[in-house]
Amino acid sequence: MKVTRRDFIRGGVAAFTVSFGAPAFLSDLARAQGASRRNLVVLYLSGGNDALSTLIPYGDSFYYSRRPTIAVPSTSVLQVGTDSSGKLLGLHPRLTGLKQIFDAGHLALIQRTGYPNSSRSHFLGTDIWSTADPANASGAGWLGRYLDSLPSPVDPLAGWCTTREVPHSLVGNRVSVPAIQSPQGYAFQTPNPGTANEATYARTAMTKIASHLPPDAPHLSFVNGTTQAALATLDRVASVANYNGTVTYQNDGLSQAFRAVAGAMVRGIGTKVFWVTTGGYDTHATQNTNAANAGYANLMGTINTALLTFYNDLRNQGLLQDTLIVQFSEFGRRISENGSSGTDHGAAGLMMMMGGGVRGGLFGTAANLNPFSGNPTLENNGGDVTYDSDFRSVYAQVIDNWLGANSLSILGGNYRKPSLSVL
Amino acid sequence: MARPTQAVEHLLRRAGFGVTPEEAERFSRYTYPMAVAALTEYDPEESDAVDSKIESDPSRYVRVAVRGQFSPNQVINDARQRWLFRMVHSPAPLQERMALIWHHHFATAYTKIQGVVGTTDATRMMAAKPSEDPGRARGQLELFRQYALGNFRELLVEVAKDPAMLVWLDGDQNFKEKPQENFGRELMELFTFGVEHYVETDVYAAARVFTGWNRARIGVNGAASAYYAFNYNAARHDTNAKDFSFPIYPNGSKRIEARSAATGMQDGLDLINALAIHPETAKRLARRLWTWFVSEVDQPDEDFVRNISDVYLKNDTNMKPVVRAVLFSPQFLASDRPYQRYSWPVEFVVRTMKEVGYVGFSVDTAMTPLLNMGQQLFEPPDVNGWELGPGWFSTGGMLARMNFAATLATNQRVALRDKARVARTTPEDLLSFVLESLSMPEPTGDPRNALLDYVRAGGTWTGSDTQLLNKTGGLVHLLTGSGSYQLV
Repeated sequence: MKVTRRDFIRGGVAAFTVSFGAPAFLSDLARAQGASRRNLVVLYLSGGNDALSTLIPYGDSFYYSRRPTIAVPSTSVLQVGTDSSGKLLGLHPRLTGLKQIFDAGHLALIQRTGYPNSSRSHFLGTDIWSTADPANASGAGWLGRYLDSLPSPVDPLAGWCTTREVPHSLVGNRVSVPAIQSPQGYAFQTPNPGTANEATYARTAMTKIASHLPPDAPHLSFVNGTTQAALATLDRVASVANYNGTVTYQNDGLSQAFRAVAGAMVRGIGTKVFWVTTGGYDTHATQNTNAANAGYANLMGTINTALLTFYNDLRNQGLLQDTLIVQFSEFGRRISENGSSGTDHGAAGLMMMMGGGVRGGLFGTAANLNPFSGNPTLENNGGDVTYDSDFRSVYAQVIDNWLGANSLSILGGNYRKPSLSVL
Repeated sequence: MARPTQAVEHLLRRAGFGVTPEEAERFSRYTYPMAVAALTEYDPEESDAVDSKIESDPSRYVRVAVRGQFSPNQVINDARQRWLFRMVHSPAPLQERMALIWHHHFATAYTKIQGVVGTTDATRMMAAKPSEDPGRARGQLELFRQYALGNFRELLVEVAKDPAMLVWLDGDQNFKEKPQENFGRELMELFTFGVEHYVETDVYAAARVFTGWNRARIGVNGAASAYYAFNYNAARHDTNAKDFSFPIYPNGSKRIEARSAATGMQDGLDLINALAIHPETAKRLARRLWTWFVSEVDQPDEDFVRNISDVYLKNDTNMKPVVRAVLFSPQFLASDRPYQRYSWPVEFVVRTMKEVGYVGFSVDTAMTPLLNMGQQLFEPPDVNGWELGPGWFSTGGMLARMNFAATLATNQRVALRDKARVARTTPEDLLSFVLESLSMPEPTGDPRNALLDYVRAGGTWTGSDTQLLNKTGGLVHLLTGSGSYQLV
């Protein structure tokens, strides 16, 4: 039930391969399209983040009674105040950097985001968050639809995912987003490295072969279109490879992905939408929320360091006002811990938005974790947290107020929620 | 050079891993049914023995990188090398392809296992050959090889008891006091009938069914022979009845009745049996076989799904007749099928080595490229396996393919030059010669002109050894790195 680019190849592959112009022209195009300088970075916590361990309702006694081994002690949380329902909340103790950013007013924590009849499946859940369409999660992704809405021809570097696979969210009908995990390895090699001319001949020949897009061979056209996009963007991507930042990025994959993103922004290569994924959130067992150096505590430590480094680098580079980071996960987790000191798949989760243009603070209300019958903040017989902000309302803010596009057409409906004024 | 018929080459690309010159010679004498039989009727002992040839004769076999000691039962990178070696040289390529397919279907990743039990035991769990393991432990890959064309229901039972799976989906922590839902959910969502055929309460019931399906250390603790194995932990099994939304028994009953703890393991066998013979499992498996063998892009043909699911159910879930039916299906053999399927990275890498040459090349060289193409063996991205089809073809993935083609061509350029001397007369001759050993469609029109222009670029063609050295390897790079070669 994982639906991605394959669905768009059928019958209409040439759409992917629209007008790749000469590289020089593409740079002009990139500059023109990047004129607003605004960047969007999506951070996906893969596996279903346990929102109740990220933003902890430390005043709720049921949080402690339902999580006897994995609850974070109230004395350890990083207090961030109370939400509009009066619930006391604190960040996970490893999120010290996020606490700084929160205190600077640049971090919004949006509680209980989700949608009706939340899927407990990783794959269907991810597809729903990707398409913003719970009824039919097999179409183009929401960011793909945004990129499709840009004036044609779209620069092949309009989007950049730092993962190996292009996530469903970035799958469009017209636009193919490159997957560039590391700009260092993003180069074209030839078998005759000693002879510079041979390398040029090889690249010329490969470019010509890839420009062959027979309409009666859609699969070949698709692959050749990908090759073209790779060859047309190599040189710009190469300019990012040696970016080290004004702050030292750690060596883990997440920090290195943010380094590449910051490099692309600083070098001004024209990318508007970046995608970053970090995994390990499917914490069914031995969640280790309170460990010194393991499990969920490490997950929090990793995102904390990576995000704080990125934030500081952007600030030093004068890019903070132009950058928005949006974080999501496919679902939250079960309220009560399971028998293996972990948590199973649940429903509503936590979204975060970070950046110079963000109105920081606590949005939405925390659940009451008391599983009494009729508790409106819970579902599944009190087992799971139910949503109060539709995630599409968050997307609508991003589309309308940040990307300057129209959420009504991109989301196929009106999900604007004035009370959720993060941007 | 003798080539097999087009249908047989199609079969070897999709059910094997491409065609070496020796295979081209052998299969050129086979009719299509003979070729299918050659793939499905193999001797597992003979294919197993191939691994013993590693580093035995560098003039005949692809090499591996030996760092100190080659330890494929203890070190995961060596296990990856051994598997690639087997794919290149196995006399039973369909067995390896099915093992790879089951690895994708029951996707289990080394990293999580390693985090729980450490590198040595995790490698043993993934890849140990019982004959070479001090405790006779069987790695998951050996299970997939054993059941390559075996009985799917039995495979499901073995997977449910597989130590790597018990760690991967947390079954080893599934106890009656608080059941663990991970395995029960994925068993229904991914391994059998699919997400639309169960409800949330089925997940809770399935979790309870598998309570006590845990793991134990067998043997003297601390001894090299000690290993992890499945252990039914009766004391931790939930003995109460379990209700499902679908029939568990032939009489239509949806309830697994309460059982004693001692006999409670039968709950899991009953549920697996019900799932294995469920008509929707048969259909989903047929749709997946369509994806694996016929097309990842076209919707499964309804006749195909009906036919294949019938064969599956009528043959008591045995896979050999099912796979044979796929390979003989009119949909697989349709004249417009060849070169319309996106090759997996592992397929691409193995086929390139088989068709270009591998003497003096090490499979270890393919490790980083495979990672960049998006397919690291024993490390699928999640329990849903890899994203197939166009999903492989990100720009980074395509660059990695082109660059692997360049790396192999660089390594083989002297041998390629020597072979190509018979075709040095004209650029056209050279191109035809290089194409002879590649199982790919003949380029025509602009791509052909681009290839010939490439051969001619840099000076008048004389067919000198220097020109042959550059241009033969260069053509191999351009052809195996091109879009056409990625489609099988």
